[in-house]
Amino acid sequence: MTAPPLLDAHLVADRGAFHLDVRLRIAAGEVVALLGPNGAGKTTALRALAGLHPLTAGHLTLDGVDLDRPERRVWSPPERRPVGVVFQDYLLFPHLSALDNVAFGPRRRGADRRAARARAQGWLDRVGLGGRARDKPRQLSGGQAQRVALARALAVEPTLLLLDEPLAALDARTRLDTRAELQRHLGEHPGATLLVTHDPLDALVLADRLVIVEHGRVVQEGDAATVTARPRTDYVARLVGLNLHRGRAAGHAVTVGGLTLTTADAVHGVAFVAFPPAAVALHPARPDGSPRNVWPAVVAGVQRHGDNLRVQLDGPVAVAADVTPAAAAQLGLRPGQEVWAAVKAAETRAYPA
Amino acid sequence: MTRPVATRQRLPLALLLPAGLGLFFLVLPLLGLLARAPWTTLPRRLAEPGVLTALRLSLETATLATLLCVALGVPLAWLLARVEFPGRRLVRALVTVPLVLPPVVGGVALLLVFGRRGLLGSWLDAAFGVTLPFTTPGVVLAEAFVAMPFLVIAVEGALRGADRRYEEAAATLGAGRWTTFTHVTLPLVAPGVAAGAVLCWARALGEFGATITFAGNYPGRTQTMPLAVYLALETDLQAAIVLSLILLTVSVTILAGLRDRWVGTP
Repeated sequence: MTAPPLLDAHLVADRGAFHLDVRLRIAAGEVVALLGPNGAGKTTALRALAGLHPLTAGHLTLDGVDLDRPERRVWSPPERRPVGVVFQDYLLFPHLSALDNVAFGPRRRGADRRAARARAQGWLDRVGLGGRARDKPRQLSGGQAQRVALARALAVEPTLLLLDEPLAALDARTRLDTRAELQRHLGEHPGATLLVTHDPLDALVLADRLVIVEHGRVVQEGDAATVTARPRTDYVARLVGLNLHRGRAAGHAVTVGGLTLTTADAVHGVAFVAFPPAAVALHPARPDGSPRNVWPAVVAGVQRHGDNLRVQLDGPVAVAADVTPAAAAQLGLRPGQEVWAAVKAAETRAYPA
Repeated sequence: MTRPVATRQRLPLALLLPAGLGLFFLVLPLLGLLARAPWTTLPRRLAEPGVLTALRLSLETATLATLLCVALGVPLAWLLARVEFPGRRLVRALVTVPLVLPPVVGGVALLLVFGRRGLLGSWLDAAFGVTLPFTTPGVVLAEAFVAMPFLVIAVEGALRGADRRYEEAAATLGAGRWTTFTHVTLPLVAPGVAAGAVLCWARALGEFGATITFAGNYPGRTQTMPLAVYLALETDLQAAIVLSLILLTVSVTILAGLRDRWVGTP
């Protein structure tokens, strides 16, 4: 390790029956996405970092200072943490103008009114809303409100910037523009950034590294390429659009359920096999020729998926297959129909579990 | 603007009928007052010196009582809405006691506490030479006692309805609890505080029982409009009607004006 990370946290917290146990390390200037399904504990983790939810164990150290360490009875309240938060629905104070919303933080942290307003104006200029300084939040569009919320969080120059689903409340078009702009601002932020999201695209575009949580625990972490190429849970596989199966491998053969798949990679022991739905070919009868992996399956459902159709198959293994509408018409696909599925070994990836 | 009623909807009679009856019931006594008012002698009666004195005293004491209620009642409402403490339900019930207590009993209770030989009154008298009963401050105290629940209930409701995440957002921006309260919570519940203050003021303005018991009925000092009306009733019904009309006109004008400015939906 070259330098200690800016944020070093082991977040252990309880919320009713829910238990969170997540380790997080973020370097200065790094953007980490905390990705997971609803109820995975992302928001609890964010609240613990902000000081809105106390840890029950573990620690939270930011820039060498303990902010929360229950065993030493150290706890610093949110207002004394160098942390900025962009909340999901922004929570701009409705009674204050955009300028005063952004000036609120600097003012509370000791700047006098004029200095705080000057700083706020600077931040509004940086997010391209210098001209809307006097507007109340209700006069701003969703995208503008998001930018004001970002400016407000950055105006206190936080060591740790937290973003809770920053783009979730925006419509698709605005989201595209705002995402690009958010990427630029996050790139300029010298501190650590944690982005909480359930949208894989936000995570892939905005973050340097992904941490995936399910049921309060980290199930996988790494850069975008690793995570998308080698998913380790069904959730991640679905996020990145892969079929994922866990089985026992012996060289180029992985046994999954009652089926043995031949793979291009050689592994031993418990292993994952992943392949994209587009790699699954469907045939009305058992195909001859090159594909090594062939099994009989039953069509469970058919949905539109982009320009193609996604077919859910039951059988020895449950997989998704993408077929063109023309192929689907030729096969006459309908639920309950028996087909043969085939996957080329070259299109699979196998890796140790 | 869209046209107000594009598709005419039938109003349900089951609601309309009791609503109309309710309105009629509330307005009918007012009509009775107007019907029996001595319109010909009105200007002369208005000019009587006692009338203006009582009116001014009423407005002043009701306003001071409202200020007292806001100063004490808003923090109390905050305590009830935001702080978990043992016995909170009991305290909440106690706050509403003045609503169910007959005001005369409230006045007697105030006398027992603040009277010259009362629990606090004797000490106030001995230590500071302050006497509250049968003084103008006594009127304010009696009105505040009776009117405070209206403010506390309105503000507590507003606090419970306010989104607490704004307070969390303020905390992450470096605001302590007090600053959060003054800069975020209070502005957010301002409509509730205004509504509560208006109710409180209206209740204080009409206060009679506690005032006459605790503060007496001295013209110029403790005789507010309701007391003047009561006194007039015994001798001159028409004078009582005139006084009532004045009280009504002034309070309705002020309330209507405030409603539009403060309590209107944002």
